[in-house]
Amino acid sequence: MEHETARETLQRLNEAGSAINDARHGVERMIGEGYGHVADAAAHSGTDPFVFHFAIFILAIFVGYYVVWSVTPALHTPLMSVTNAISSVIVVGALLAVGLSASGLATTFGFVALILASVNIFGGFLVTHRMLAMYKKKSK
Amino acid sequence: MSESTAAFLYLVSGVLFILALRGLSHPTTSRQGNLMGMVGMAIAVLTTLFLAEPSFGGLLLIVVGIAIGGTAGAVIARRIAMTAMPQLVAAFHSLVGLAAVMVAAAALYAPESMGIGTVGAIHGQALVEMSIGVAIGAITFTGSIIAFLKLDGRMSGKPIMLPSRHAINIALAVLLVVLVVWFAISESHLVFWLIVLVSLALGVLLIVPIGGADMPVVVSMLNSYSGWAAAGIGFTLQNLALIITGALVGSSGAILSYIMCKGMNRSFVSVILGGFGGDSGPAGTQDLGDRTIKQGSAEDAAYLMANAAKVIIVPGYGMAVAQAQHALREMADKLKEAGVEVKYAIHPVAGRMPGHMNVLLAEANVPYDDVFELEDINSEFSQADVAFVIGANDVTNPAARDDKTSPIYGMPILNVDQAQTCLFVKRSLGSGYAGIDNTLFYKDNTMMLLADAKKMVEDIVKALDR
Repeated sequence: MEHETARETLQRLNEAGSAINDARHGVERMIGEGYGHVADAAAHSGTDPFVFHFAIFILAIFVGYYVVWSVTPALHTPLMSVTNAISSVIVVGALLAVGLSASGLATTFGFVALILASVNIFGGFLVTHRMLAMYKKKSK
Repeated sequence: MSESTAAFLYLVSGVLFILALRGLSHPTTSRQGNLMGMVGMAIAVLTTLFLAEPSFGGLLLIVVGIAIGGTAGAVIARRIAMTAMPQLVAAFHSLVGLAAVMVAAAALYAPESMGIGTVGAIHGQALVEMSIGVAIGAITFTGSIIAFLKLDGRMSGKPIMLPSRHAINIALAVLLVVLVVWFAISESHLVFWLIVLVSLALGVLLIVPIGGADMPVVVSMLNSYSGWAAAGIGFTLQNLALIITGALVGSSGAILSYIMCKGMNRSFVSVILGGFGGDSGPAGTQDLGDRTIKQGSAEDAAYLMANAAKVIIVPGYGMAVAQAQHALREMADKLKEAGVEVKYAIHPVAGRMPGHMNVLLAEANVPYDDVFELEDINSEFSQADVAFVIGANDVTNPAARDDKTSPIYGMPILNVDQAQTCLFVKRSLGSGYAGIDNTLFYKDNTMMLLADAKKMVEDIVKALDR
């Protein structure tokens, strides 16, 4: 009798343990996908994380719209070169590919992308800096 | 580093990029803005490295890659002439486009490193985002190369019109959509490269029919494309910095395209369809023979300007070609010493890219508060004694204001004809980029100074000294 109860308890404990494990895996997966609290909420409401990214995307378009309209026309050329430089943040993809991928082909693609993006990052920011340094006020 | 911390840091770098653009609202804050952009980029790169924790070999490869690219970029940035900025920007756009294609290819061949599944089992959504990113990236790549070749003069600025090109483009676009759908279902590597090929072809075909006069729009448009390509890849990698940046750059390029189109009174669609304007040359369909022009010398010009109270200088791309900006500033300095009020008027589409003239004048040490935009200065021409037009043409053509039959009718122009005297520096009597005769040449108050812009300005400086 006692033996039976003990076995039952053990089994329950096991179940509870695996449930905790499952939950941990779930949480790890969520965090692993990189959404933190937002994703937690998302998981509960069943919203695809894409929606959050898309929302950020749309809001960033609006931010861009207002910010760019406030750029003085005299600085439109530096605006283009600096947007060029920042769009090279695509380098993060290249870094992941070079740093992590096991496949030789993917590493090669990543390496090429890394070089191209680096040209743009250094070239873009430095040429912008060079241009902006030339804009001077009247010396009076 | 946990993924949540990384996502937060990517957000920080995205915000820094926004502040970088915000800084450009005024020259005094712009340098600080650029610095913020650099910090944002450093944060994004370091975050990725800490997140990925690459092996020693991987890290070595990364350092080598950044060193090669970074050195090349730094050397180019240092050496490039300011007159060549439009070509440089076009070339940089092509690099972003190709980088987007390469990153997408890497993601396809090693999806586990980007956290989007495994080979043969990449999430369908990631495949769609990836293929959109790669298509826009490839179009940006070849389109920017064509724009670079045209701007650099290695290819004629004349529009190249293929027969039934609209039909070809539409067919390719439809094919592209079909391929994207097929790729999303099959994850076939072959289809991926087909998408790349079709997009590369489309990029060439979209830009070749666009003439030299529309290049400012094309450069801005490709700027926008490179942003959307980055955003597409950002969705694939679920990276906030990339998504935010893509949206910023995309909308920035779109706004610049809009401003450029407005500056030429052309619709965006008609620019895309192409065929407008070629190389500058003695085109012009009107009969030029029976009208007379008044020609002047450097001494005449010097005399007129030295005795003026107010001179407005209107520079255009011809000034950049002749490298006359330094001589021009010297002339302006001499006039200022003589007590003449000197201002510069810039048309939105002067030069080959937005804001190009401002950079060239800044390079020649012209203070930015002497330089004015069209809306701010146009009313002042009627009070000016002399309007000094150097290297600009179509943007001063009164036909755009008065002649309803002119092809450029409705384009905003600088009202140089309202000044007491208009001095017009030009190499010959040929028409401008748009291929239209300028009625300004035959007005009574216009004096033509037919010579190379730099030589003429230098002669005027000499005459002012006497």
